[in-house]
Amino acid sequence: MNENTVKIKDPVLSIRNLSVSYEKGKYAVNDVSADIKRNAVTAIMGPSGCGKSTMLRAINRMHELYENIETKGTLIMNGKDITHMPTIQLRRMAGMVFQRPNPFPTMSIYDNVVAGYKLNGIRMKRSERDDIVERSLRDVTLWDEVKDNLHRKGTFLSGGQQQRLCIARALAFDPEVILLDEPTSALDPVATAKIEDLLVKLKENYSILMVTHNMAQAARISDYSMFMYLGELVEYDKTKDMFTNPRDRRTEEYLTGKFG
Amino acid sequence: MESLANLSSKNLERRNLKDRLFKGLVIFLSMLTISPIVLIIYKLIEKGIRQISFDFILKTPPDTFQAMTALSNGELIPGGIANGITGTLLMVTLASVIAIPVGVITGIYLYENPDKFMANITRNISDILQGVPSIVLGLIAYIWVVKPITSGFSALAGSVSLAIMMLPMIVRSTEETLKMIPQSIKEAALALGVPYYKVLLRVLIPTGFSGLLTGILLGISRILGETAPLMLTALGSSVINLDITKPTSAVPLLIWEFYNDPNMVDLIWSSSLLLMAMVLGLNLLSKRIAARTK
Ligand SMILES: Nc1ncnc2c1ncn2[C@@H]1O[C@H](COP(=O)(O)OP(=O)(O)O)[C@@H](O)[C@H]1O
Ligand SMILES: [Mg+2]
Repeated sequence: MNENTVKIKDPVLSIRNLSVSYEKGKYAVNDVSADIKRNAVTAIMGPSGCGKSTMLRAINRMHELYENIETKGTLIMNGKDITHMPTIQLRRMAGMVFQRPNPFPTMSIYDNVVAGYKLNGIRMKRSERDDIVERSLRDVTLWDEVKDNLHRKGTFLSGGQQQRLCIARALAFDPEVILLDEPTSALDPVATAKIEDLLVKLKENYSILMVTHNMAQAARISDYSMFMYLGELVEYDKTKDMFTNPRDRRTEEYLTGKFG
Repeated sequence: MESLANLSSKNLERRNLKDRLFKGLVIFLSMLTISPIVLIIYKLIEKGIRQISFDFILKTPPDTFQAMTALSNGELIPGGIANGITGTLLMVTLASVIAIPVGVITGIYLYENPDKFMANITRNISDILQGVPSIVLGLIAYIWVVKPITSGFSALAGSVSLAIMMLPMIVRSTEETLKMIPQSIKEAALALGVPYYKVLLRVLIPTGFSGLLTGILLGISRILGETAPLMLTALGSSVINLDITKPTSAVPLLIWEFYNDPNMVDLIWSSSLLLMAMVLGLNLLSKRIAARTK
């Protein structure tokens, strides 16, 4: 870990020497090590193409499907090495939310929330399932808006509602970490504000790691911030400290809008 | 200044004229395009509707003598094309049973491995297959099925030739349909830890279902009226036959037979009307399905 990386006690997730390459010899993520704070919002910032999404997806091991992508490094969750854990188990502990809302178009709101259970063939009682749906939708403050239409298609909702539904789908597994990749970049300001409030609320029970290209957003809602540049983790600190007193010149230039 | 204004107004006039000429041409050409189908349907209804009745669907064709008698008495030709309808349904169903699973699975394979050597070969061969004249497919089915398997003309042989015809259409529409599903839907399922084959079966195929169905229905409507390959394979039969190893009739085969018998000419029109209605019905159905899910 370099000197511009904050120390975190009892991290929920430790990333050790993570490197990802799409082409041999070219690293989209280059030897990144960081500990993620429990019950906090951690933002990953950096100019477009610096490897933010790649790093987030590596945590969820989304790259495994593609033969050309090579991933190195170690992931430790709650002190346990999860680098080679079966993906089904891993992904139950690390939920993912994408840039564009992507509810399953053939499924109802209800089925979307429990899609992780249904698609994996995990059986449970009807009442149990009802509970999970209600809890998850309440968590994302969508319950009151949709409780009378649970069996309508999820795609009938507005963009912001769809994105909250997708967060609910990730929460249904009661994950340790929620990974979000620019979750508000396709939304209008009102819907964005709602999601931001939601994330701040969710950190009581979950640990949140979020990619954002929006510095103001990182400043508003994150407790810790990472700044990445050309695949490297340049600086990682408490958000307040990083914004007021960046240690690396590149961070400072980014924060003052000199590039990005 | 004045001359400039003049010039531009003249220009405008000329442009208006060109516009109108062009519009006229477009309308004329569109009329030209739709007129055959309108004329066909009009002619089929005009000449064929008389013969359409329950008997037409439930009975087999009359013999020449019965038809001649009816004609000379100025009556409608008795009997119908039940053997053709059952034969067409039998062979189209069997062809679908063969072609749909093979075509869908091949389409999935192409979607999964877009750049693999084998996939490229398969895709190209499938495209070539689409261009093979249907009579040649009939010949192939004759050599593959009629001689070695059913040792004689059979519904099975007919179905095989029709299935080969359908196959490339289903392969293509499956691949294209899957390609149109946003990558993000696939990733959403993977991010929930769902194994890949389940993502395919339980997310991608249901999401693209209407597209798949549209391709299948168009494939069926394409083979419904095929005559040439059936002449070499199913041959025809004057009775209703449901044994797939025996010669079998089909609506287009009957039309051909009626054409060769001057006493049966009236039946050509009603049979064609029925066939046309089936094809149009399938086409409209597939359009409806495609539109509903857009
Ligand atoms: N599927 C891919 N194949 C090849 N290169 C990729 C792929 N995805 C991303 N990259 C490259 O990896 C680098 C990091 O991309 P990404 O992680 O998407 O950046 P960010 O999310 O920060 O904008 C970029 O240079 C990008 O071009
Ligand atoms: Mg990105």
